[in-house]
Amino acid sequence: MLAAIDLHGFLFVLFALTACVFAAGVLFSSNIVRMAFNLVLSLGSSAGLFFLAGAEFVGAMQLMIYVGGTLVLLVFGVMLTAQHRFLEMRTNAGEWVLSLLVGGALLMVLLQAAFSVSQWNTPYAQRDQVEIDESKSATPIAAALTGVRVDKLEETNPRLRAGKSGYLMPFVIVSMHLLVVLVGAAYLARPRMAVRQMRRGG
Amino acid sequence: MAEFFAQYMPAWGAYLLTALISVALLLAVVGLGALFFIWAERKVAGRIQDRLGPTRTGGKFGWLQSLADGIKLITKEDLAPADADRLLFRLAPYVSLAPSYAALLALPFADGWVGWEINTSVFFLLAILGLEVFGVILAGYASGSKWSLFGGMRQAAQVVSYEVPLGMCGVIPVFLCGTMSLTTIGNMQAGWATNWLIFHDPFTFMVFWVYFTCAVASVNRAPFDLAEAESELVAGFHTEYSGLRWSFFFMAEYNSMFVVSGLAAVLFFGGWNGPVPIFASWKAAGGGWEIVADLAGCLNFIGKAVLGVMVMIWVRWTLPRLRIDQVITTCLKYCVPLAAFCFVGALAWQLASLPSPNDWLSPDPAGRAAVREPWVERAEDGAERSGTSGAEELARLAEDKR
Amino acid sequence: MAGLLATITVSHYLAVGAFFFVTGVLCMATKRNALGVLMGIELVLNGANLNFIAFGSQYLREETLGLDGQLIALFVIILAAAEAAVALAIALSFYNAHSTIDVDQGDELKG
Repeated sequence: MLAAIDLHGFLFVLFALTACVFAAGVLFSSNIVRMAFNLVLSLGSSAGLFFLAGAEFVGAMQLMIYVGGTLVLLVFGVMLTAQHRFLEMRTNAGEWVLSLLVGGALLMVLLQAAFSVSQWNTPYAQRDQVEIDESKSATPIAAALTGVRVDKLEETNPRLRAGKSGYLMPFVIVSMHLLVVLVGAAYLARPRMAVRQMRRGG
Repeated sequence: MAEFFAQYMPAWGAYLLTALISVALLLAVVGLGALFFIWAERKVAGRIQDRLGPTRTGGKFGWLQSLADGIKLITKEDLAPADADRLLFRLAPYVSLAPSYAALLALPFADGWVGWEINTSVFFLLAILGLEVFGVILAGYASGSKWSLFGGMRQAAQVVSYEVPLGMCGVIPVFLCGTMSLTTIGNMQAGWATNWLIFHDPFTFMVFWVYFTCAVASVNRAPFDLAEAESELVAGFHTEYSGLRWSFFFMAEYNSMFVVSGLAAVLFFGGWNGPVPIFASWKAAGGGWEIVADLAGCLNFIGKAVLGVMVMIWVRWTLPRLRIDQVITTCLKYCVPLAAFCFVGALAWQLASLPSPNDWLSPDPAGRAAVREPWVERAEDGAERSGTSGAEELARLAEDKR
Repeated sequence: MAGLLATITVSHYLAVGAFFFVTGVLCMATKRNALGVLMGIELVLNGANLNFIAFGSQYLREETLGLDGQLIALFVIILAAAEAAVALAIALSFYNAHSTIDVDQGDELKG
């Protein structure tokens, strides 16, 4: 009886609409702080889409790292540079027309591609029967990052079984990359000696 | 609940009714919680400073003081400075309140009494609480005032820094229990108080205090309330606010205090499982008795969370405010290394199977160790088929990889 | 609308992803503020992430990417964080050196 109403579809339309509207808001607002605010709402709604697709861990990660970390950092940067003349920087009309033409064409091509493959296009009939384990995604993801693919233990298809190795190596590389980036960012953003002396009048 | 209502009405009505009831219950937690905590804050502050606090409104103890305050705030004029970014200025209090309300969605009040049973709820809660900072930053920017902007900037730096140790502390119970679901973590601590995770080993005992420090900092309470710092910044990010919008910031703050204390209660203090297992047999009896047991558990949980909030209030009126560099030093030089040390320590304790107090008390505890992830069972199923042990099957998996 | 509600498919997720991608590219092209360009990059990466999640979702298709989709999305998020940190450092450095955040002003190497 409860299946009569499609909660998944309703929530999808809701989140997709908010995500798209605020993404367009990022594009069309000329005030940099408004842009940041629109971006927060847009990425938050897309985290909702992740939850709907069953990727709860990635959705929470999106909220935590992307929205709670990266965007706070971005807003921080906006505030450090938010002098009055940089708050509103308008693009001239000719560039708008050109970019909207190109962008519209690109969007048409992408939409055409998205809806053209019948495998992607047909609704999945057994959606209601899908049961995801109680520990839906967190544990298998952690295991995969340490090199064991517990979700493919029973895989019979040999082609899919081939990808059974985990993601230990990329994980290590990404960790090192993050460390290097942290050091590099701190180095880049440090106040310059020359600038400091100039400000002192030296 | 939706299934229950669906017997009597069409499906959409059942969904709508369920959603409305859940929303109303959680809103009651936010509203009543804020009213009670503001009254308690004034009483506690009064007592600590050798005063009486509110005494007149609504009887002997001034019970109705916060309600009277609320009525006063509603009647105040809603001002906005001329320099303000009007839209963002109006939106900021709601942006602050919404995440702190949304965090209640995933917080279980008793076994199964949760708005949204989500599998990664620890992570989700920490993530959602991190979003609250946007309201403060927006308020700081949109007010068009230097004091507010300073407050917002400080808050941004502080929250981003404190998310790191807070996350590390939250991970330790997760890894001891092997799940991120708060309901499961709470249920695993059933039984006597010795089964609470804070008493699991010395490291979890230590890490709770780190967690509490970071929680106080992340909800922007004294001694870490650099964003409002009334002796330096007038009132920080809410200098320009008045009336109801101003009170939304406080509802958000008190609600976040409740949420982080509730999270501490579930992660370290057994959630709805009391120090003494009185209701365990009722719970097992099922039916109406189970509901009574859950209700008692809910009250137990709320009691623990309120106790946490009370400690935060006590801390606020006892300790002086830190300087901004001291706040960041506390985070980076003390909290992060301590949390990392405890993480490694608790991991080693578990790895070496060292005893925890609960093992001495009862030889067969409710089964923290017995909880296993489905994939382990699957590996063992596979092992039975091929006639090897689960460990060998996992080892074989690792072989395959090479 | 009612037909759409019952039949959410991978294509719908891809359509949202495509919209994100296009808005992101347009942001990169039209914004003059360096941080606006950075926001465009975030939008593009998020659009790509949506595709990975859609192909990995067990609710939408029989034969999915499974966990690989989620894992790659995780790596994208982590790398986006790293990229934002570096880009922000570059933007602040640019601001210190030129006292402007307008990317059109950074043209002194032009012949």
